[in-house]
Amino acid sequence: MDNSNIIQIENMWKQFPMGGGKFTALENINLTFGKGEFAGLVGPSGSGKTTLLNIIGSLDVPTKGSTIILDKSISDLTHKEAAQLRNHHLGFIFQTYNLLPVYTVFENVEYPLLLLDYTSDERHKAVLDALEWVGLSDKEKSRPAQLSGGESQRVAIARAMVKRPEIVLADEPTANLDAENSHHILQMMEKLNKELETTFIFATHDEKVIKYIRRKISLLDGKIEKDEHLEMGDRRPETGDGRPETGGRA
Amino acid sequence: MFKFLLKGILRDHHRSLFPIVIVVLGVSLTVLAHCWINGILGDMIDFNAKYSTGHVKIVTNGYEDNMDQMPVELALGNVDELLAKVRKDYPKMEWVERIRFGGLIDAPDNKGETRAQGPALGLAVDLLSPDTKEVERLNINKSIVRGKSPEKNGEILISDELADKLKVIPGQIVTLMTSTMYGSMAMQNYIVSGTIKFGVTAMDKGAMILDITDAKYVMDMQDEVSEILGYFSNGIYNNVSATTVQNRFNAAYKDSTGEFAPVMLKLRDQNELASMLDYISRMISIFISVFVLAMSIVLWNAGLLGGLRRYGEMGLRLAIGEFKGRVYRSLIYESVIVGFIGSAIGTIIGLGAAFYLQEVGLDFSDLMQNATVLWPGVFRAKITLPAYYIGFIPGLISTVIGTMLSGIGIYKRQTAQLFKELET
Repeated sequence: MDNSNIIQIENMWKQFPMGGGKFTALENINLTFGKGEFAGLVGPSGSGKTTLLNIIGSLDVPTKGSTIILDKSISDLTHKEAAQLRNHHLGFIFQTYNLLPVYTVFENVEYPLLLLDYTSDERHKAVLDALEWVGLSDKEKSRPAQLSGGESQRVAIARAMVKRPEIVLADEPTANLDAENSHHILQMMEKLNKELETTFIFATHDEKVIKYIRRKISLLDGKIEKDEHLEMGDRRPETGDGRPETGGRA
Repeated sequence: MFKFLLKGILRDHHRSLFPIVIVVLGVSLTVLAHCWINGILGDMIDFNAKYSTGHVKIVTNGYEDNMDQMPVELALGNVDELLAKVRKDYPKMEWVERIRFGGLIDAPDNKGETRAQGPALGLAVDLLSPDTKEVERLNINKSIVRGKSPEKNGEILISDELADKLKVIPGQIVTLMTSTMYGSMAMQNYIVSGTIKFGVTAMDKGAMILDITDAKYVMDMQDEVSEILGYFSNGIYNNVSATTVQNRFNAAYKDSTGEFAPVMLKLRDQNELASMLDYISRMISIFISVFVLAMSIVLWNAGLLGGLRRYGEMGLRLAIGEFKGRVYRSLIYESVIVGFIGSAIGTIIGLGAAFYLQEVGLDFSDLMQNATVLWPGVFRAKITLPAYYIGFIPGLISTVIGTMLSGIGIYKRQTAQLFKELET
């Protein structure tokens, strides 16, 4: 395996039983991701992007082929080892934020650290740093119900980033947000990607996201149709469609 | 993590309120039932011990066979010697003489003719000795309704209900008609010094108490009594100690087989108390087991509903990287906290209700008219040390079992479905 690649997928297939036969969700996938990538799995519904994200996130295992995440073969991990991998190295961002409603913003972001061996002081500092990254330092005592959709997703980003994972997996992170909030969130993730060198992988079919990613992996019917590295000009047209200018990022 | 869980429980009323209410209900009922049954059983044992059985009782073989008939002709002989022996052999116990007999009370009119008559259960105890503890043991002074306790020979107490029936008031003379221990008819006049309410329906219907020297005199008993009762000095029946004393005594008289040979019985051996106590004890065990089971099922159901509501949370926690076992354990920790809070509140409420029933009680005397066992007429609860912790057993166990059952779903959940579930 190339040491610069933190994710290496070779000849990977994923099939699900269906009726008397099998449904092939992913077919002969070959992909590598390096540290600090900002990539998107793009394609219509049923194209296999969430299944691929699940396997990269060690939430599922391939039927055949090899998937190595941070030098660990997903197929060989026990449930506990897979949980440890997620706990220490992976962050998740969901379409519907999935914040714990009874806890404050601070406590929601603190939660992943409670599973790790952080001291109280270390947790406190890490949470405040994470909230500062997403511009929510003044909301630490708020409850999720008191936040807008954009703010909720920023809390979810802080929660994913607080343990400084190597990889963040985001499944349709902007699907519930309006254009302005979507751009704001994406700018924030792009900034974190650059500053912390965190690898971001999105599963999306949202054009707004596609305009930010630097690598676009197009999936169709479980196969990689195209894997392209985008130039700046490909990603951001000069004329805006409501999104803020690049210089206006948070 | 504990602090984190506690915050969640306190803030999320849906997570805590229903289970706590169930636990509070269950625990308070358990505590109340325990105190209630304990009070009734305790009173029953206490009444039986004080009025009838003692903690141990010495009678003759013949008397034991016909104890229901209180046959004075089968009384113990050489009582002074026997008493001296048991007082020497068992110095930590109190030994007293008793005579129980049946008789007829006759209330005369001004001319000395019979005005009214009624059967009476006679209980002869040591009322007049300067160092007697019988007056205190039978709670006589506090049980007197009218008049006063006998102060000299020739005075008796009769139950208030019998006095009303015979239309007798303190100070009046009544005639006791009974038989001597040799089978002759005996009649003796007594002054009714007072009327008494025993609190035991079987005795309140018609009983009389007189000093044992008066009873011996009228029944022609010199060195005889029908029963010698032994009491542990702390006043509490202990079956193990009673069995030890009984075995030792009976072993000493194992060669005496005649109908006048002494034999010792312990409280449980008399008045069918053993089967009744065992029956009630089993009923309590069954009651608590059914209670734990029922509460577990309800809390399991509550846990399932709560689990459905918290499906997103569980999925998120598993996705973040929390082990299934840890999520499961955290649910159990939560249930312990909920169970503890519910048990504490339930215990307080249960004890409050038990305290009320201990002080006030419920009057069931109308239902006890034909009782053969000495049941108290007023059923009272009794708060004992176990009442402070007995509710925690079903409270905690049922909550934890309920959670364990409902939480099994976590292990059956396919991690791969998390993203899909979290998006729905």
